[in-house]
Amino acid sequence: MKVLVAVKRVADANVKVRPKVDGSGADVANVKMAVNPFDEIAIEEAVRLKEAGVATEVVAVSCGPSACQEQLRTAMAIGADRAILVECAAELQPLAVAKLFKAIVQKENPQLVLMGKQAIDDDANQTGQMVAGLLGWGQATCASKVVIADGKATVTREIDGGLETLEVKLPALVTTDLRLNEPRYATLPNIMKAKKKPLEISKAETLDVDVTPRLITLSAAEPPKRSAGVRVADVAQLLDKLRNEAKVLA
Amino acid sequence: MTILVIAEHDHAALKAATLNVVTAAKRIDNSIHVLVAGSGCDGAAAAAANIDGVAKVLVADASQYADQGAENVAALIAAVAGDYSHVLAPATSTGKNVMPRVAVALDVAHVSEIVAIESADTFVRPTYAGNVMTTVKSIDGVKVLTVRTTAFDAASANGGAAVIDALAPGPDLGLSRVVGREITKSARPELSAAKIIVSGGRGLGSSEHFHALLDPLADKLGAALGASRAAVDAGYVPNDYQVGQTGKIVAPQIYFAIGISGAIQHLAGMKDSKVIVAINKDPEAPIFGVADYGLAGDLFQIVPELVAALG
Repeated sequence: MKVLVAVKRVADANVKVRPKVDGSGADVANVKMAVNPFDEIAIEEAVRLKEAGVATEVVAVSCGPSACQEQLRTAMAIGADRAILVECAAELQPLAVAKLFKAIVQKENPQLVLMGKQAIDDDANQTGQMVAGLLGWGQATCASKVVIADGKATVTREIDGGLETLEVKLPALVTTDLRLNEPRYATLPNIMKAKKKPLEISKAETLDVDVTPRLITLSAAEPPKRSAGVRVADVAQLLDKLRNEAKVLA
Repeated sequence: MTILVIAEHDHAALKAATLNVVTAAKRIDNSIHVLVAGSGCDGAAAAAANIDGVAKVLVADASQYADQGAENVAALIAAVAGDYSHVLAPATSTGKNVMPRVAVALDVAHVSEIVAIESADTFVRPTYAGNVMTTVKSIDGVKVLTVRTTAFDAASANGGAAVIDALAPGPDLGLSRVVGREITKSARPELSAAKIIVSGGRGLGSSEHFHALLDPLADKLGAALGASRAAVDAGYVPNDYQVGQTGKIVAPQIYFAIGISGAIQHLAGMKDSKVIVAINKDPEAPIFGVADYGLAGDLFQIVPELVAALG
């Protein structure tokens, strides 16, 4: 069974990103970039499926600028067999990315597509569901457990009230949540091997997809600031403040 | 313009999240319809018809909607969406699961987690864990949106007298089915709507300590219980307690952050709280940077003291 994994290049999770001074967007110039943490979890899950003999090949796919190759090499260092970059220098929004993924899926014919539930830059939480919708596939989002057997994916999902277990027919799309697995670190020997694994570059134009953004970013701003707080010395002082100053407690 | 609001419900009753979405809809225009897709969902439909400001309720009652599975529900919504200028759902697990599929069926962009509506085509949403608020304008004909419920007040659940129309059910695509559910049962208020939240982090040390220390405090305050990612990952509490960038977004009157260091990702979920109280043994913990009231010290002494002082 072939597994396709989506990989997005995003600002590293530890960076506190701020809007640009001119308010035109987020300031990510010179910021450390990384594989979206949820996508690392997806890559790890795919590699475990291969190690368990369930998947025969893991293909990592990314859409974006040429620099995404770094993240695809990381995916191959974790264990993906090969990678595809759909190269596009222009802004790509979820709808466009989903259409590009649909084109790749139709070429590659995987039985399972694994994507992160959201990217930590736009926090959109859309692309996986859109790809599934475009393909007419079943979807299981926010997975904390995935079992593949008998042409089905049995997925435990983290939902608002707790957990839900869904059985989805293959081919299916699953998006990963935090507790699905803990991704391994890429070892140095695997990083070296990854440099030699195949990385194919396609230009977005050749896939016959209109990637024009549908949402125009008018501005990007800091969130409202909270005023500075105070330290309280003890419980008595805390309760006094809550009751008499903030007046949020009876 | 007529706006379609997708109800969040459990068939018998409507969930409060629907009311916040109706308020958001009212910002755009005052012609509002609500869609209830369910199975044996008369209760939810009747409740939707009572919402102040709703003119019509469309009900699709069929077994293929019993699970609220994304594939069937999205197909139904997409089939009627062409009659509306905007389709709104709450940014709950269900809303987020379903609405992107609706958007692709209509070949339009999806704007998720809106926190403000500037005009019929311009919306504000958080990015980068809420550190960059972006204002976006949609050029699509139909706007498909999910609404962050903490950003809009609840519309009144009474006073409406909408017409209820049966909608022909859509297809049963048979792509997925629910084979199990484990829903946390609790007498406490629901986390996303609670007025007071007592939230614990890794500092609590264990599931036993988490509950031994925080349950009495939550009981005294009539509060909901929340947790940081670290506490959930460590198994102190189930996943639905998690507050943060990729968990629940909350905005209570008081948020008690106990033994929580205050990572960017946690702040994303609670920084809109009216009052933040931090209790942590590390006086340099980042949480003190957002707390209105910070008490540095041993939570194992402070929390029981607080419970006792609350009387």
